[in-house]
Amino acid sequence: MLAPVNVSLESLNLMTLAPMLIPIIGALVILVIDMLKGGLDKSLYVVLSLLFLIMDFFTIVDASSIFMKDGTLMGVFDVMLIDGLAILSQFIIVGASILFIPLALSHKRFHEFSYPEFFALFLFMIGGFQFMVATDNLILVFVGLETSSLALYTLIAMHNRDKSFEAAVKYFTMGALAAGFYSFGAMVFYALTGSVEISKIAAVLAANAYADLAYVLIGVVFMLAAFAFKLSLVPFHTWAPDVYEGSSAAMAGYMSIVPKIAAFVVAMRLFEFLIHSGVVWLEIVLYIFVIVTMTAANIWALVQTDVKRMLAYSSVSHAGFVMAAILIGTTQSNSALFLYWILFSFTNLGSFSMLWISRQKHLPAYQSSDHSYDKFAGMIKTAPIAATIMGLFMLSLAGIPPFALFWGKLYLISSAVTSGYTVLALIMALNSAIAGYYYVKLIVYMFMKEPIVGNNGHMYVANATKPLRTIIGIAAIGTIFAFLAINPLLEFVTSFVYNSGY
Amino acid sequence: MLDHILSILIFFPAIAGVFGFMIQKESVRSYGVAVATVEFVLSLWLWFAFDANVSGMQFMEQLPLVPAFGINYILGVDGISLFIIILAAFFTMIGIASLTETKDVKNMIISLLFLQMTMVGVFAALDAIVFYIFWELSLVPMLYIIGAWGGPLRIYASVKFFLYTFAGSLVMLVGMLFMAYFYYQATGVWSFAILEWYRLILPENFQLWLFAAFFVGFAIKVPMFPFHTWLPYAHGQAPTIGSVILAAILLKMGTYAFIRFSLPMFPDASAFFMFPIAILAIIMIIYTAMVAYAQEDIKQVVAYSSVSHMGIIILGTFALNVEGISGSIFLMIAHGVVSGALFLLVGVIYDRRHTKMMNQFGGLASVMPRYATIFGLMLMASVGMPLTINFVGEFLSLLGFYQQSHVLTILAGTAIIVGAIYMLAAYKKMFFGTVTIEENRNLPDVNKRELLALIPLSIITVWLGVYPNPVLAPINKSVESIVQLMHDKSITEEAKSRIPNLIQGIEITRTSKEEAN
Repeated sequence: MLAPVNVSLESLNLMTLAPMLIPIIGALVILVIDMLKGGLDKSLYVVLSLLFLIMDFFTIVDASSIFMKDGTLMGVFDVMLIDGLAILSQFIIVGASILFIPLALSHKRFHEFSYPEFFALFLFMIGGFQFMVATDNLILVFVGLETSSLALYTLIAMHNRDKSFEAAVKYFTMGALAAGFYSFGAMVFYALTGSVEISKIAAVLAANAYADLAYVLIGVVFMLAAFAFKLSLVPFHTWAPDVYEGSSAAMAGYMSIVPKIAAFVVAMRLFEFLIHSGVVWLEIVLYIFVIVTMTAANIWALVQTDVKRMLAYSSVSHAGFVMAAILIGTTQSNSALFLYWILFSFTNLGSFSMLWISRQKHLPAYQSSDHSYDKFAGMIKTAPIAATIMGLFMLSLAGIPPFALFWGKLYLISSAVTSGYTVLALIMALNSAIAGYYYVKLIVYMFMKEPIVGNNGHMYVANATKPLRTIIGIAAIGTIFAFLAINPLLEFVTSFVYNSGY
Repeated sequence: MLDHILSILIFFPAIAGVFGFMIQKESVRSYGVAVATVEFVLSLWLWFAFDANVSGMQFMEQLPLVPAFGINYILGVDGISLFIIILAAFFTMIGIASLTETKDVKNMIISLLFLQMTMVGVFAALDAIVFYIFWELSLVPMLYIIGAWGGPLRIYASVKFFLYTFAGSLVMLVGMLFMAYFYYQATGVWSFAILEWYRLILPENFQLWLFAAFFVGFAIKVPMFPFHTWLPYAHGQAPTIGSVILAAILLKMGTYAFIRFSLPMFPDASAFFMFPIAILAIIMIIYTAMVAYAQEDIKQVVAYSSVSHMGIIILGTFALNVEGISGSIFLMIAHGVVSGALFLLVGVIYDRRHTKMMNQFGGLASVMPRYATIFGLMLMASVGMPLTINFVGEFLSLLGFYQQSHVLTILAGTAIIVGAIYMLAAYKKMFFGTVTIEENRNLPDVNKRELLALIPLSIITVWLGVYPNPVLAPINKSVESIVQLMHDKSITEEAKSRIPNLIQGIEITRTSKEEAN
């Protein structure tokens, strides 16, 4: 502390790295433990990961209190950027991971959880996501993106079913293409402005008044394609349902939340200044993306016969819905994005976990897929509590008040209204009505049909253990009592977004 | 306790519903009746404590919910909502009490208790978002009731009911968000409080759009003419209790919302759309009356006649004067009592014969005399015979609209005659003549449990028909203040002349009416 050499170290602000380093250290610890003594039970790794994630969460709480005091923090040669967006999205990433990791303690034994590498990769992935959101340097974004994506592909493949390999390879190929697009887009911006930092790119482009608009547009096209892959916007969504189907339900729920919020934050950083600088073309393209994504995905979801695929399409539709926030680009809409995503994580993780606890090892003859609608017929008679909770999550996803997601929708549509996007607001509202149908369809199956003969209700909770029930309980309570938390949440999110200048 | 009586009224049935899961299956009906009776007594107490000389809101409660976005939990009742709340409590009580043997009776009663929470909530809410919460939430128990206990097409009917209403109310939600935004622009504060929205004077252009957005939500709920197709399905498939609650209370949410939202918030738009809506209402009255005449199924007759009478309620509401609006509110209650009773009566015969086809009956008057008497009384009330409850409401509604347009009122009046025709024809087919079908010969007459529900309804029908004042006076008081508010707020000449100014006395109203004509 006293030696002069430390001054330069202090200016590096290495503390900004702490939240990312914790999961990485955790991953290394898990690998070391495995090396020293193999054959340990998965519960050890689950708890270890949980501990590291909780620690991670508290460093972010720490960072948020620093942000509230001093504002945006830069570090490590100004590569790290700890602003409100970074903190909020890390809260979501780590929070959702904390809710996810106990799902590994399922009743049935599944292949992937017997490998310690699963948990190590999982923590590496979280580190990657955290890097991705906490910087405005396009290269570091790329590094974070690839770290997390490569880990995620492996996690999917470890589920060890034919469909999982298909899913992983599909996701990998698509992801590699997206990475190519991304690096090409970044290159174009670098060539134009001589910088890979978004703030500098914005400054240089503004200084020459977008003289090379054609090149900017080329860069934007590539970037847009890359993010459309990550966010599964139509028509770049084709991987999503297959990948969700191939991975375990818990993993699919996780994928619908965490990778997307990371991509949303980067997209927000990149596209916001472009929209506000009057690149009309981008606005139109984004508008089309938003509308097509939410509408088309909704219509596909209507015709699915498998609940997991339905939820996959519904996640695509929700991503389109939230993308509207980036299109609108006001403080209100950006706050709405975070509010929506926090509420969505509770509800969606809950509903995928419900699928996860009903996961059987072997399919009975009358079931065409793991989670076909028929499987849930008459669930209210055989497993009333599980059916009620599942129904609750469906109602919340449909946006029935006062459950969680309604408030996100309310605030997001309101932000469209406030910024003059009247037609968009109406389309968003009507899309919620279309989406109502497929969520209600599951409720119809659960509550109004007769159960299949020989179903004693055990299969809905075949995979349940105490930790799983706890997670579902947390998600259910979060969904029902969201209305009590909206006000503090809204104020918190708005102040963070506002103070980061978005 | 009276400070929070509205919250208690709303959440008591819901909490009781949650505890209901613990009740043993055989005892759950008594539990439901007990809870609903307590609720009804509480609602009567509300009436007792209600000060009929005050026109504004009473028993107001306020709690911040999302103050950062102007959403507060605000409750209150005035003469307009008071009686609908009592009606909701009353119908839940007799609905549960008259419930016949059903499968999964526990789930049914818990759903009904949740439904009661949402019904009372809608009529007591004074914040648009809180109103919207209860409005949407009411769909869920009803979806379940129709879908799980209904007829063969129940799933189609329940999903259609849900989606139609859900889609409409989302458009309404966008309207509410716009309204809040305009309020924010005018005052710098976000607010969804209805009483504060009343104070906002909007340009006519904005009013028209917002009126249209709210109209979609309300009109589907009522249901008004082009949007009415979900209702016959819902009624046709729903179990008796579902139809009773749907016709008696849930449909009133739409007409109530017109009076609570559309009229005072958009007086100029209301005057502007008065004739288009009146024409829709008259199409609705005449067309559904004719459709009702063509039905073979007695429940469909009652369902279409119920739609037809909802048209008169709309007509009265859009008369935009005290007589019309008071009449329409009174008719909401009357229609609730009468059509609720008619659906109960249809349920009685359905329980005995498991058919609702009128050609399966005939000569029932000799087999079931008590049943025929009560049915006859309710039928007379339904067609608007003087000295029954419906007459008061219909007469006032038409009287109100007569001041706006003679021709349309006369058209609506003739429709009431058509109503008499199909109702009497249905009555003749079912009750008169000789018994042709052997099974009908030994049908038991109405039993004690059914009488428990039907006799109070008959008493109300005659009592309020002969002496409507205890209900009409508080309604009138609150309506006067709303009409005055509308007159003061309106900005166009048309609206000023259509909506009477009550302070300057009746003489001037009459002259302005003549100018308008």
